[in-house]
Amino acid sequence: MDLLYETLFNGLAIGSVLVLAALGLAVVFGLMGVINMAHGELMMIGAYTTYVVQNIFKASLPEGLFPIYILVSIPIAFLVSGLAGLLLEKTVIRRLYGRPLETLLATWGVSLILQQFVRSVSGAFAIGLVLAVVLGLVLPRLTPRAWWQQRWTPILAVGNWIVSGLVGIAMAAVLGQQRALDEPWFSARNLDVTAPTWLRGSIDLGAVNMPTARLFIIALTIVSLVAVTWFLQKSVWGIRIRSVTQNRPMSDCLGIPTEKVDALTFLVGSGLAGVAGVAVTLLGSVGPNLGGNYIVDCFMVVVLGGVGKLMGTVVAALGIGVLSYLIGSGSLLLLWPAMPSGLNELITFFATTSMAKVLVFAIIVVFLQFRPAGIFPPKGRLVEA
Amino acid sequence: MPWVLIVAATLILPVVLPPFRLNLLGRFLSLGIVALGIDLIWGFTGLLSLGQGIFFAIGGYAIGMYLQLDSLEPGQLPEFFGLYGVKELPSFWQPFTSPLFTFLAIWVIPALVAGVLGFLVFRNRIKGVYFSILTQAALLVFFNFFNGQQKLINGTNGLKTDTARIFGELVGSDAMQRWLFWVTVLLVVAAWFLCRWLTSGRFGDALVAIRDDEPRLRFTGYNPTAYKTVVFAVAGAMAGVSGALYTVQSGIVSPQFMAVPFSIEMVIWVAVGGRGTLIGAILGAVLINYAKSLVSEALPETWLFIQGGLFLLVVTALPDGLVGWWRQGGPRQLQAMVGWPPVVPTYPALDLDPAVQAEAAELTPPPAQRAES
Repeated sequence: MDLLYETLFNGLAIGSVLVLAALGLAVVFGLMGVINMAHGELMMIGAYTTYVVQNIFKASLPEGLFPIYILVSIPIAFLVSGLAGLLLEKTVIRRLYGRPLETLLATWGVSLILQQFVRSVSGAFAIGLVLAVVLGLVLPRLTPRAWWQQRWTPILAVGNWIVSGLVGIAMAAVLGQQRALDEPWFSARNLDVTAPTWLRGSIDLGAVNMPTARLFIIALTIVSLVAVTWFLQKSVWGIRIRSVTQNRPMSDCLGIPTEKVDALTFLVGSGLAGVAGVAVTLLGSVGPNLGGNYIVDCFMVVVLGGVGKLMGTVVAALGIGVLSYLIGSGSLLLLWPAMPSGLNELITFFATTSMAKVLVFAIIVVFLQFRPAGIFPPKGRLVEA
Repeated sequence: MPWVLIVAATLILPVVLPPFRLNLLGRFLSLGIVALGIDLIWGFTGLLSLGQGIFFAIGGYAIGMYLQLDSLEPGQLPEFFGLYGVKELPSFWQPFTSPLFTFLAIWVIPALVAGVLGFLVFRNRIKGVYFSILTQAALLVFFNFFNGQQKLINGTNGLKTDTARIFGELVGSDAMQRWLFWVTVLLVVAAWFLCRWLTSGRFGDALVAIRDDEPRLRFTGYNPTAYKTVVFAVAGAMAGVSGALYTVQSGIVSPQFMAVPFSIEMVIWVAVGGRGTLIGAILGAVLINYAKSLVSEALPETWLFIQGGLFLLVVTALPDGLVGWWRQGGPRQLQAMVGWPPVVPTYPALDLDPAVQAEAAELTPPPAQRAES
């Protein structure tokens, strides 16, 4: 019986991280039909935000406040990731609505850029980048207006950005000679976030040992879920989001600002990725490849759960979590010691974390043979188009 | 004329280029074959597979296993088995002692895997992004499997092939690499012909119809599942051949061939070259990989920025890639922009009439907004 509870708890712990990570994706993918491959990198931004907040608390605030830094970093990570997502929506995704495959490729490109950005950002780099962007935006205002109404204007626009980019790179190169500015902020190394003491212990309940960090993540997941559900079901903007999801032209006709709704949905989805990033720092170190480890799992959760259903996401994530733990830890053998030896060998074969993933994904693919639209398929004929 | 150029280039290049560069070119050309396969399924049929790495790596592993076994004395085992205490050759290694079986396995096994996987997915009418996500998940499954099985296929370390011998010659030697380069060129041309043949007849029309309007094709009485399965299997076979060629030229096959980013990279070669244009796929693969190797030699940190930028550029500005842009009169538009308009074939008098021009200028708004956004 204890074993059952332990399996359930550990499965729940793995699953809750998945829920948290996939929640933002479910919002963006389910409501907007946008495949955001940069979701993992938005999580990474959230994780790095936690690292920065921790360092600020360590360096410049009284020591007594340190234990609460993780609580402070949740809203900050939400904001930072959300704003990064908003920028992404305004610059790239806005042009690609209704073309999901293109969005997939474009956001993958963004995720590559973000990864490398985190690796190589330094003081000089950041100044150069800001300079390039400001120049690119300001130069058109400084040149004669008539230049921007010619047939060669597109070439001029491209040239403008190339020139500002080159100026930015030159600036970065010059500043890079200064030792202090050349130091990368994060570098490609993995960084560690120290969990406050109250998250390092564990609680024993019966025979089950529950680390507080895991409990914290479960609690955070529940809070996020309740908040998102409330937001979508009860708040004015949530209702607008759902109405745009159901019928975009009609919502537009009724005076709902659809562009604002798109931007807001993306902001919320990206912000949730940031919150997931905070949670992930408690489980391991923070590095540029953090996002890549989660993104495929998250998509599997969303597809398995049924697109557009938060409930489906939750059930799918918890199911995957419990199943992975059950297979990966080999605890099936403990539950049923007298199983035939052929089956025994098979289970031992899959009893590592990576092999468990193999089996779980295979099971998902088989499951989708029977329920192609996931556990909770969307109703109606519209989806078949 | 182009054929003369190709023949001349294949004969001259091995003399002109140093062995290292020739080897790189050979590798990139072999990647062109997998790109052709992706063009076939994505450019023509509209199926964006993010899992071509599976078939690519299977082809690579097939030839890798053969080369491991071929250079052994009878009764010996490949070296790495000793490290994990494996005394007996696993059963699925046995057939790879035969060169004929290996020759078939390189393309038949990937084709079969692709066919089964494709059939399961297409039967349920899973398409669009769901197909992409599922292929990516399948890729991860294979990656984890190959990565985790030290005892069966040497896990993360992969199989080295450059120290193996074939026809009594070291695979890594310069002479062998030159032969492999010629084999690669031949196979690329063969693959191009195969794709052209597939896409030009009725079969090709059906593929384009699947891309453009699948329900309509189904209502016309065709079965899209069969077409999609066949074309996916063909693309898988091409990926397998490509993987085998790449393996012998790079000297190792490892689970990194199945890494998620590599398979997405393959898609971007096709996108940059021009999807729906066969020559574009090969060009894209060679150009981008050459650029990658040059940039990575000089400034390794910037390559990911450039690659990410390429993704964005291709999606937003060049949806048909370089070849598509060229064919749709891109250079003419550029020429027109710099104030040297090309000769218009129709009604020159009308186009040049000042009254008509003034009217046209009134009707079209000035492109001022474009510049600001």
